[in-house]
Amino acid sequence: MSLDKATVAKVANLARIKIEEKDLEPMAAELNNILGWVEQLGEVDTDNVEPMTSVAEMRLRWRADEVTDGGYVEDVVANAPGGEDGYFAVPKVIE
Amino acid sequence: MSDLTKLTIAAARDGLAKGDFSSRELTAAHITAMTASKPLNAYITETPEQAVDAATASDARRAKGEAGKLEGIPLAIKDLFCTKGVLTTAASHILDGFTPHYESTVTANLWGAGAVMLGKVNLDEFAMGSSNETSYYGNVVNPWRRDGDESALVPGGSSGGSASAVASFSAMGATGTDTGGSIRQPASFTGIVGMKPTYGRCSRWGVVAFASSLDQPGPMARTVRDIAIMLESMAGFDAKDSTSVNMPVPNFENALTGDIKGLRIGIPKEYRIDGLSDEIDALWQKGIDWLKDAGAEIVDISLPHTKYALPAYYIIAPAEASSNLARYDGVRFGLRVEGKDLNDMYASTRAEGFGDEVKRRLLIGTYALSAGYYDAYYLKAQKVRARIAEDFRQAYLNVDAILTPTAPSAAFGFGEKGDDPLEMYLNDVFTVPASLAGLPGISVPAGLSKEGLPLGLQLLGKPFDEETVFRVAGVLEEAAGFTAKPTDWWRG
Repeated sequence: MSLDKATVAKVANLARIKIEEKDLEPMAAELNNILGWVEQLGEVDTDNVEPMTSVAEMRLRWRADEVTDGGYVEDVVANAPGGEDGYFAVPKVIE
Repeated sequence: MSDLTKLTIAAARDGLAKGDFSSRELTAAHITAMTASKPLNAYITETPEQAVDAATASDARRAKGEAGKLEGIPLAIKDLFCTKGVLTTAASHILDGFTPHYESTVTANLWGAGAVMLGKVNLDEFAMGSSNETSYYGNVVNPWRRDGDESALVPGGSSGGSASAVASFSAMGATGTDTGGSIRQPASFTGIVGMKPTYGRCSRWGVVAFASSLDQPGPMARTVRDIAIMLESMAGFDAKDSTSVNMPVPNFENALTGDIKGLRIGIPKEYRIDGLSDEIDALWQKGIDWLKDAGAEIVDISLPHTKYALPAYYIIAPAEASSNLARYDGVRFGLRVEGKDLNDMYASTRAEGFGDEVKRRLLIGTYALSAGYYDAYYLKAQKVRARIAEDFRQAYLNVDAILTPTAPSAAFGFGEKGDDPLEMYLNDVFTVPASLAGLPGISVPAGLSKEGLPLGLQLLGKPFDEETVFRVAGVLEEAAGFTAKPTDWWRG
């Protein structure tokens, strides 16, 4: 599998990272270099192997569904660029 | 008074308890050393006033008979741990100005034990790197130089600032985080001790996330005993981390018995990789001999899937990072670059805010998780990971711990491994397998290269058996008798 320029542009859009047109080709080459090296995973027999989803052998803990935290809007929005009056602010999305 | 910065944590603890000096004096000596260490660029944010206040409070607690286990000990904190009211950057432009209103669990545990924060130390951006060359706040310099050569060397990464601060005596210890070797490899490069505990031992809450199934905080200091003292205070169950493990924290210092008679130490043949330098190989053999002389039984073992650990890691870690780093969108914290609409604002912010290595990994991760490729890359890598973990499980049926080199080389120069990311990734060839399996590992300084640079040996243990790792590491440290120190050229 080899990435072309168009695929890199698509992936960059999915990742919400703007990449200049002139940088797409070099980025494709870099990513192909890494993906080409990763191809060797294909040599490993993983038939009937369950993917590892947890490092420690444990079940995720359950707890009662109740409010245990909250009530400090000021702290939550304190670091927001452009936020005001206890709200996050984004550019206008509806005309 | 002799130079207080040269003390170990254990010796400082005893000196403080006896009243030989106060935390204020100990802290002041370290603030002076921190200020003098500017050429190393180990610190992103220095907090000397807060340190003095904390030391004063510590002395007051001690006077009242309320001393904690790290009472009055000055430490550096990797700038990946959120610290209330203190800038936290992850060494990234995208977190510009981010000042958390909360404290990470691990640092809160340290302050609860009486420790004093000197400042926040540099790292690779979002902990993605093995040389500390990807920080937005500039390269960290290794206090060590090659014999007769003044060129600057990397401290390793990603916990390069932590390693440089501890090795240059500007902090008695430091927190690090290890995702694929980010504590152990810089410890090896700077002649100090660093431990990645078992995944789940230390809480990840309040640590800026890179790859959540791999990230694990751990201690860095100058002796095995100091690491044991620090880890005991850092570790512990935390309900706020869903993968924190609810187990009692042992007194790790008690594990340092000096007796390893009858322990079985595995030597994995797959770690004798092609092109392994003669001096690393020779050091490894010395380590084997030291443990054998101390009464351990040396057992040849096989970890057959070792060579697939790095490629599996470089799918899994970027995939998890691409998900974790989605939060940096210019809305809730940090940098915002305006755009013509919301999507453009996101994409412009992330283009300017992230460095090249972070972008590369986010794109790899996004691709590996994208529709049509998930099975081929991410799922395949997680299955390979299961086989790597199974290799270790089988090995541990027969051995108590495993001895390997920590890194394939000594510290290298800036830009020496810059062109091909794959060459940089190979730094973690000996540390990544245990990360994938979630196992505890420690790097102990064991000798000098022919150019006069420190080299470490790595010990790996069974899950949650840090005690055996400490027990063997203590013997290894004693046998190696590593006392070399860098010349303090940075003091000018």
